[in-house]
Amino acid sequence: MIKKMTCIECPKGCRLMVDVRDGKVLKVTGNECPKAELYAISEIEDPARILTSSVLGQGLILKMIPVRTDKPISKARIFDAMKEVKKIRVTVPLKFGDIIVKNFLSLGVNLIATRKAE
Amino acid sequence: MKTYDVAIIGAGVIGTSIARELSRYKLDIALIEKEVELAFGVSKSNSGIIHPGTQNPPGSLKGRLCVQGNTLIRKISKELGVDFKEVGELIVAFDEDDIKELLRLKKEAEVLGVPGLKIVDKKWLEKNEPNLNSAAVCGLYAPTAGIISPYRLVYDLAENAVRNGVKIFTNTKVININRADKYFEINTSSGLFRSRYLVNAAGLFADEISGMLGINDFKIKPRKGEEFILDKKKADLARHLIFPLPSKISKGVLIIKTADGNPMIGPTAEDIEDKEDLSTSDAGINRVLASARRLIPSINDKDIIAYFAGLRPASGDDFIIRHEETCPGFINVAGIQSPGLTASPAIAVLTANILKKNGLWLRKKIIFHAHRKKTVHLFEIQLSKTGSLIKKDHAYGDIVCRCEMISAKEISDAVRRGAKTMDGVKFRTRAQGGRCHGSFCTTRIMKILAEETQMPLIEITKRGKGSEIVKEDRVND
Amino acid sequence: MIKRGLVIVGGGPAGMAAAISAYENGVKDILLLERDQYLGGILNQCVHTGFGINYFKEILTGPEYAERFIEKVKNIPEIEVSLKSIVVSLLPDKTITFLKPGRLETIKAKAIIMATGCREKTREMVHIQGTRPSGIFSAGLAQKLINIEGLLPGKEIVVVGSGDIGLIMARRFTLEGAEVKAIIEIQKKTRGLLRNMVQCVEDFNIPVYFNHKISRIYGKDRVEKVSACKVDDNFNEIQGSLFEIKCDTILMSVGLIPENELIEMTGARIDGNKTSVPGIFMCGNCLKIYDLVDGVTEDSFLTGKLAADYIRVRHPSLQR
Repeated sequence: MIKKMTCIECPKGCRLMVDVRDGKVLKVTGNECPKAELYAISEIEDPARILTSSVLGQGLILKMIPVRTDKPISKARIFDAMKEVKKIRVTVPLKFGDIIVKNFLSLGVNLIATRKAE
Repeated sequence: MKTYDVAIIGAGVIGTSIARELSRYKLDIALIEKEVELAFGVSKSNSGIIHPGTQNPPGSLKGRLCVQGNTLIRKISKELGVDFKEVGELIVAFDEDDIKELLRLKKEAEVLGVPGLKIVDKKWLEKNEPNLNSAAVCGLYAPTAGIISPYRLVYDLAENAVRNGVKIFTNTKVININRADKYFEINTSSGLFRSRYLVNAAGLFADEISGMLGINDFKIKPRKGEEFILDKKKADLARHLIFPLPSKISKGVLIIKTADGNPMIGPTAEDIEDKEDLSTSDAGINRVLASARRLIPSINDKDIIAYFAGLRPASGDDFIIRHEETCPGFINVAGIQSPGLTASPAIAVLTANILKKNGLWLRKKIIFHAHRKKTVHLFEIQLSKTGSLIKKDHAYGDIVCRCEMISAKEISDAVRRGAKTMDGVKFRTRAQGGRCHGSFCTTRIMKILAEETQMPLIEITKRGKGSEIVKEDRVND
Repeated sequence: MIKRGLVIVGGGPAGMAAAISAYENGVKDILLLERDQYLGGILNQCVHTGFGINYFKEILTGPEYAERFIEKVKNIPEIEVSLKSIVVSLLPDKTITFLKPGRLETIKAKAIIMATGCREKTREMVHIQGTRPSGIFSAGLAQKLINIEGLLPGKEIVVVGSGDIGLIMARRFTLEGAEVKAIIEIQKKTRGLLRNMVQCVEDFNIPVYFNHKISRIYGKDRVEKVSACKVDDNFNEIQGSLFEIKCDTILMSVGLIPENELIEMTGARIDGNKTSVPGIFMCGNCLKIYDLVDGVTEDSFLTGKLAADYIRVRHPSLQR
């Protein structure tokens, strides 16, 4: 079966034709770079996204500290992850890139600060 | 329970003018308003024109009070520090029939005592109003027309009235009124008030208030007007207020200069039923653009940065200002549509006289504070003056609204002087009223309001309960 | 009057890149004016990813992209940063006046780069009629409320227009637990990037109505609903296609406009990165609207060099 999809790896948004059989990717065409192949495989087998959001700071100059997962997480877990993100309170100053939660939701990714918070 | 000498229902420009006028005398005065802030009814959508007195039939209350008001407002604006600019108005004629009509208007206005009127020719128009449609053949020029900020006038009148002892009650809706033996019992959403005299300045709802005392011989019919505000960049679009010839029900679509500098085009005039319908329409904007372009063809709809609708509290052809013999002590001040803003100071004096005639003893206070300190608006003053203000108070250099150049100091002052809502801040300062429409400054203004009033951010409203800006704060999760 | 070398108005991605580039091309006296309390401009509220793929060959969030430039600017002593500083006057002789808490300053600059960014079109600019209740936000304001202030503007959202910020905010609201009822786009296809249609809209099954417009907003105190309709090729309503959507919030994402009021004040004409006033330059979104910040950065590096070249020729003493 040929599945059409748009690659989201970069702003070009290549239109991909993905040949899928038994839930496995056989061939990807329409892409301008090799990233699309990995994207297509992930998209068919276990779609994943980097989660970006912001968490509440307490006693810091910034009320909200922007965060993201350092690797994509399974799309199916996005809302669980948001629930956790809303519970977080950061009370100590952070450098840009500091880990806020290690092995976030046991997903093998870290939740990191994307801005300095003093 | 305290018995006030006079209770006034409605804190628009009429109610506050009457309250301030009466505050010269040794009286206990209560000013009662159903909205969360003053001027949130009819007055908030006023065009801000101080009419010279043209376009009113001779012998009308409107005509007489308009001409008187045009004189009185100058003194009041100086006392209160609200800028009044005498910009003059032009009523424009396009053909022979129009000229006849202009001459008739001129004659009527002269009978009313409107000063300085003259017919100006094409040459004059070309020189003094360069963007005007070149098809205009001549105009009636009335030099005494001017502009004022309608809301700032109300807020400053009220502030001065309070200084002189008037008590203001907002969020106070009248539920019913009883004429007891010696006083009125006014039952409101925030409790019972008693007063010996009662003035009804309830604008759109004046008929309902009057009806509570059994006087049902007039109805307020809302007449909607849609107005469209242009970018301040176009401040020089017109040098005068420009009018077409008036129709039966309105003065037509005008080119309006405003005290804030933004030109405005409108209003439409449409009789409607719903006293709360403030919606604008596609038909309205199309009509206003077409009519305004007949006066100034170069008007670009891309310059429209805001629009709104207001309701004129119309009732018949003239104002209704009278003591009700069947209900002694009750004064109706109703049907105050255009030129109500201009006439407001004269209406206040007339109302005081009516009260006096009906037994209210007007004893002058030994000290009446006629003056208030002018409110600072950075957009009105020279940069050098701004520089020295910033030295005195750093917060003048902290610009919150970048489109209209309004500082944190002006906003916190507005809140300290009574603004409780985002609209209240906008009407007092113009912050959020510019071309970005609050995109950049909303959050900062919310924070200043929250800080000054000790309100949580989620309780900050646009214009009172039900109009909260945001639904949730992460802090409360 | 204080005399300065290069004054740059705006400390977002454009202004920072222009400052770094001017320094690297030899200018030794640079004043960078930023009206906010931080450098970084709008990137600070763009917490999503998608920045830097062209310039850094990495996928970064807005604050991360900004941070790389902020660090660089801070490490160049020749760039003086003045925060909370808003320019209120710009004259053709390159006299520039700005306010900051406690001070009004007027400076005569050798050269000026305008990097003032853009603003969003409002509901009023596209003439959507109806009432004026609370609950109508530009997508960027909603973004600031959620990401910077931690405030959720509403629960049932209709997005007007399919610009990138609108699409990104549709996802953001969904993640925050709000329901995005519709994205209404008057044109045949999205104005945003395709990747945003995928990861912001399709990922969450948000209904998108192309060839549709909002015909009216309802609600007295708070937005209660909108009516929408299908449009023909001239964007006029197709009879019989009107329907209503209940919502408490409307997000406007109908385009961006360069903020050029200061240049207009000088009367100067814009001519690429230059203007008709020699020594006044422009870069970034105040010149033209870029889809990607990477493009802003490149444009601003170029402009920084142009300004440096100008100063080198006219004022050799200002060179390092």
